[in-house]
Amino acid sequence: MARSTKARGQTAAKANQPFLYRHYTPEQLREALRKMYLIRRFEEGAEESYMRGLIHGTMHLSIGQEASAVGICMALTDEDQITSTHRGHGHSIAKGADVKRMFAEFFGKTTGYCRGRGGSMHIADVTKGNLGANGIVGGGIPIAVGAALTAKRLGTGKVAVSFFGDGANNEGAFHEALNMASIWKLPVVFVCENNGYGMSTSVARSTAVPNIADRAAAYSMPGVIIDGNILSKVAEAANEAVERARLGQGPTLIECKTYRYRGHSKSDRNRYRTKEEIEQWMTQHDPISLYEAELREFGVIDEAGIAAIRADVEREIAEGIEYAKASPAPEIADLEQDVYTELA
Amino acid sequence: MNVAVEVKAETGARELTYAQAIQEAMALAMEADERVVLMGEDIGVYGGAFQVTGNLVERFGPERVIDTPISELGGAGVAVGAAVTGLRPIFEFQFSDFATLAMEQIVNQAAKMRYMLGGAVSVPVVMRFPAGSGTGAAAQHSQSLEAWFGHVPGLKVVQPATPHDAKGLLLAAVQDPDPVMIFEHKLLYKMKGEVPEGFYTVPIGKAAVRREGRDVTIVATSIMVQKALDAAATLAGEGIDAEVIDLRTIRPMDRKTVVESVKKTSRLLCVYEGVKTLGVGAEISAMVAESEAFDYLDAPIVRLGGAETPIPYNPDLERATVPQVENILAAARDLVRGAR
Ligand SMILES: Cc1ncc(C[n+]2csc(CCOP(=O)(O)OP(=O)(O)O)c2C)c(N)n1
Ligand SMILES: [Mg+2]
Repeated sequence: MARSTKARGQTAAKANQPFLYRHYTPEQLREALRKMYLIRRFEEGAEESYMRGLIHGTMHLSIGQEASAVGICMALTDEDQITSTHRGHGHSIAKGADVKRMFAEFFGKTTGYCRGRGGSMHIADVTKGNLGANGIVGGGIPIAVGAALTAKRLGTGKVAVSFFGDGANNEGAFHEALNMASIWKLPVVFVCENNGYGMSTSVARSTAVPNIADRAAAYSMPGVIIDGNILSKVAEAANEAVERARLGQGPTLIECKTYRYRGHSKSDRNRYRTKEEIEQWMTQHDPISLYEAELREFGVIDEAGIAAIRADVEREIAEGIEYAKASPAPEIADLEQDVYTELA
Repeated sequence: MNVAVEVKAETGARELTYAQAIQEAMALAMEADERVVLMGEDIGVYGGAFQVTGNLVERFGPERVIDTPISELGGAGVAVGAAVTGLRPIFEFQFSDFATLAMEQIVNQAAKMRYMLGGAVSVPVVMRFPAGSGTGAAAQHSQSLEAWFGHVPGLKVVQPATPHDAKGLLLAAVQDPDPVMIFEHKLLYKMKGEVPEGFYTVPIGKAAVRREGRDVTIVATSIMVQKALDAAATLAGEGIDAEVIDLRTIRPMDRKTVVESVKKTSRLLCVYEGVKTLGVGAEISAMVAESEAFDYLDAPIVRLGGAETPIPYNPDLERATVPQVENILAAARDLVRGAR
């Protein structure tokens, strides 16, 4: 069919655009921004609820790392599976979890994703392919490889993604898992969110190579280093790695360089880094500000559009917290339920 | 034993927290013996996940207060190798749950090396494990796994229940030529108690009678000791005179103290936080049942242990998984009044 000159011109213009803008519709791009806000406001809502004594235990906030969670999950379908980490709220939201049920979990309620059994550190949404956060550093990495083995054996076409931090790259599980993924050419993507520190220990002090992605060479897979605070870069790398996995070409290790704004957990005095360093990241390299600016530049959104998304997210967070408060607590009598599968 | 420090008489005592007592013990051990080093994740400038090492890195420097990468298997193994060859490492796990990653080096190497090599080496390593539930940290950060280690010949396993013992047992562990595993209950870190100044040791393998009584023996470990004492105070008001034994060491177990007590009271209640089945209480019970105290028993032995579940997140569920004072009261009343 013949195309009009105008349409041809648009196609040509589109072809010259960066990957993200070629590959996704404006709605999808705006949805990505909404998810990034949702993660940030969820984290802030969780933090505030913790301060007010509504949530107990501890939690690890991913504020500042929204682009890697959202950018990676943009390349996935609902059927694809992820394993997450102790810093897993963002992954959970990016993979499509409902913040209502996440808050409910943090409040220890039966309506939570783990029926109040897991809390922040075990947040999961198996129906959306999130096999769970993890209390064990590196614990999810072999599990993702297992998911990829299933996908390959059963021919489901699913891809598995394992998120982990820089600190996890020094656990044996990381090395054993990458090796197996490589020798068996499994459809898995390893995503290291390198925020510079494992608790107080910097990568320079903990790790023998300057980049985590350098480890990929030891397991004969591509190692890709990207600015993890630039959503378009993350999404592009993710798409390439996921495509490679789907085509049966094996695993990829992606390293997203990023930064966490908050302390490691609720009991961190930040003695291992400077205020200036934190400020620098927050003011100069914030993933949400960067993405917003880019969307404006490409004419995908305007101020009114941004305001509308923000208002929408505020409502969703407020409703989520109310839902969690109003939900019922578990019964002590059910304590032993689900230790084992009930056999008919 | 070629250790530079010597047991001095206990000098003045002050109130310290359990965590402070442990820190003081580590500092004393390091002052006294150059070979003592601390190893673990974030024990330097961070001060440890529970602030037990605190600012020791400022005093002793990063060469002796060594931050490891997040590598429990390797880290524990390096500590074992260093112990065999001349250092005296004190290795901190951030949570006892992460010992599961290091079991190979602890169980196959540390525990057996001396025996396998016909006594040619010793393995003077100390490992510290923050353990137990009650912090809302859920299933992978709340376990009480001490019985696993108690099952391994070659290891010694202690569970200090007071600041005094936390210090004295750690100093005994550092002097001990064999691997000593110390399980510290996280909820005890803030507990205050009298702690003597200076160097002293509490013997490994020796239980302590915390309260004398005639009607029932309650053998408790770790945080359950205080709960048992609280229960005993209430029971006293009801005319039940409970004897409370703080087991302190689960391997080697102090058979004599427990057996003598049961011969006196004729009733035994074991209270421990670890999962009830195949736990520490099973061993205490069997030890008594196999002893001369068996003939003195007036009632079946009772165990109160952790529920047969992982530790849940919800605080009410979490509380329900471990014995509480009210459970001890109910069990002791039943035992003494013959409801069973
Ligand atoms: C096996 C294990 N060791 C130690 C810990 C304690 N811990 C929890 S998170 C963490 C730091 C992890 O650093 P990193 O992998 O870089 O993730 P980040 O916290 O920076 O997101 C540590 C040491 C743990 N949960 N599991
Ligand atoms: Mg990190």
